[in-house]
Amino acid sequence: MLKRLREIEEPVSFTFDGVQMQAQRGEMLATALLAAGIGHVRRSVVSGAPRAPYCLMGVCFECLVTVDGLQNRQACLLEVEEGMVVESQRGAPDVLAHFRDEKRQQP
Amino acid sequence: MTVRFVTAADDLRPAYDLVIVGAGPAGMAAATEASRTGARVAVLDENPRPGGQIYREITRNQPGARQYLGADYWKGKALGNAFAESNADYAARATVWSIEPADEPRDGERHRVGVTIAGAARMIEAAAVILATGAQERPMPVPGWTLPGVLTAGAAQIALKSSGVVPAAPIVLAGCGPLLYLLASQLIDAGARDMTLLDTSRPVLRWESLRRLPGFLFSPYLRKGLGLLLRTRRRIRVVTGVRSLEILGEDRAEGVRFATARGTSTINASTVLLHQGVIPAINLASAAGCPLAWNAAQRAFQPVTDAEGRTPKRGVLIAGDSAGIGGAQAAEIAGRIVAVAALSDRGLVARDVSAALINRLQRQRQRYFRGRGFLDALYAPRHIFLAPPDAQTIVCRCEEITAGKLREAISLGPPGPNQLKTFVRCGMGPCQGRLCAATVTEIMAAERGTSPADIGTYRLRAPVKPVRLAELAGLPHAPRALKAVTGRDPVDHHLNETELPS
Ligand code: FES
Repeated sequence: MLKRLREIEEPVSFTFDGVQMQAQRGEMLATALLAAGIGHVRRSVVSGAPRAPYCLMGVCFECLVTVDGLQNRQACLLEVEEGMVVESQRGAPDVLAHFRDEKRQQP
Repeated sequence: MTVRFVTAADDLRPAYDLVIVGAGPAGMAAATEASRTGARVAVLDENPRPGGQIYREITRNQPGARQYLGADYWKGKALGNAFAESNADYAARATVWSIEPADEPRDGERHRVGVTIAGAARMIEAAAVILATGAQERPMPVPGWTLPGVLTAGAAQIALKSSGVVPAAPIVLAGCGPLLYLLASQLIDAGARDMTLLDTSRPVLRWESLRRLPGFLFSPYLRKGLGLLLRTRRRIRVVTGVRSLEILGEDRAEGVRFATARGTSTINASTVLLHQGVIPAINLASAAGCPLAWNAAQRAFQPVTDAEGRTPKRGVLIAGDSAGIGGAQAAEIAGRIVAVAALSDRGLVARDVSAALINRLQRQRQRYFRGRGFLDALYAPRHIFLAPPDAQTIVCRCEEITAGKLREAISLGPPGPNQLKTFVRCGMGPCQGRLCAATVTEIMAAERGTSPADIGTYRLRAPVKPVRLAELAGLPHAPRALKAVTGRDPVDHHLNETELPS
């Protein structure tokens, strides 16, 4: 969706849904994802439609992703850091999943 | 002197003379001016580096490598340097989620500012608060605007300034306002290819714009604006008189269908950039209890302020575009004016000194107000892009509420946007109405045949940005607050806790 005018000079690596990617040091995560060719970063909580960063300035909340296990981070306000683990968000978070897991683990 | 970088909530002082929210032109100028007086100043800003959106990455970018950003952008360099040399405490990556104004800020009674830095929340106190939260783009709800591949023009400009990246071709820019042409020209200079600009402005020869023309002839924007227009028209395809717009695609934007007086056409697009002007970012001011008023010329709500930025909430002032759109250079001067006013109200600057200074600055600022009326009238968006007629068009992106659903709910008679919210959940998603408030007001006004001024807008409450429960729980609590929740004195509370069975 976005194209780099120059090669990355100071690369930092991160993963998005398990795929290794690179960004320029100090770059915002949302921009890095778009420049890496990612089409959408989440699915909407109501209809499940694909969504991608829209405003890049912290206003629209379309860029919400899970970063290092923390949900709903605004990717346009977050700089990429070496080794960051980024995951897309699929629809509404399953709030009961945690309890189901716990139950399953009980004998 | 240089700014002190604050990277943890604990590194902030417990209290300041002045807390400034936002490090764009108004915030940086306010901090620079205030720190000259020896006042204790903190600047809290959401981004990693100062500049706001207009001067984004101004401290890191160098003209050589990113010449294409243009002369107006590089004007921010001097301000960025002055700010870096001020003695303010500067917290980057800081999210301000609440302002609790003291009811009567007499000695000892201070405003409380809720802020999160690096995952830790903190309440700090301020004798005066300046909100310099800038502007956001006016939402432009057209069919397909939620598809990936659609961004705001501002977003494309931010990506260009901060990362040197351009949208994938073919690119369609659609909407109205000076920023659209500025972006087109920057993208051309940066080397982007295959661009079409669909101009949705209404015809130029309208009475509202013409009667404001004389002021514009003396405006600093005149030559710049015309130059931009001509340059863009020479170099890319510009279609004027666009009166309807639809973004096509299944899972991403693939094309744009648009109509002019000559008929309907469809063009391919990988990236669509929408823009129809900017409006004040009012969420924080509104949640702090500052009253809003409708600005008919700019077609937006803005906080009520006097000429020096004071709101009716004593000690809460607003500077720059967040008090009404005036552009970066007017915002910079406003920042200085408002800082001097705030400090003189607190007795930190002598009255006669501040009066003379404010007078001089106000004369400087006047220059940028000239011709603003013409620009506002010239670029007033078409109504069809303010209140989408098509029932299927999404208005609230977070909760996916369509224009049709809103009209249905409005016909049931809710008195205003706040009640409408409870009917259909529009404005209740994570963006807290930032991307639908303007549209909801416009639709409601049109349905009721009245002015947006009579309809009003969402009432906002803190936190204006999401805060984690763990952050709130981690805040130090006063004994009084602990008693209110637990019903026991903190001492007993502590004792009882140790008695809990393990
Ligand atoms: S892209 Fe809009 S909030 Fe991040």
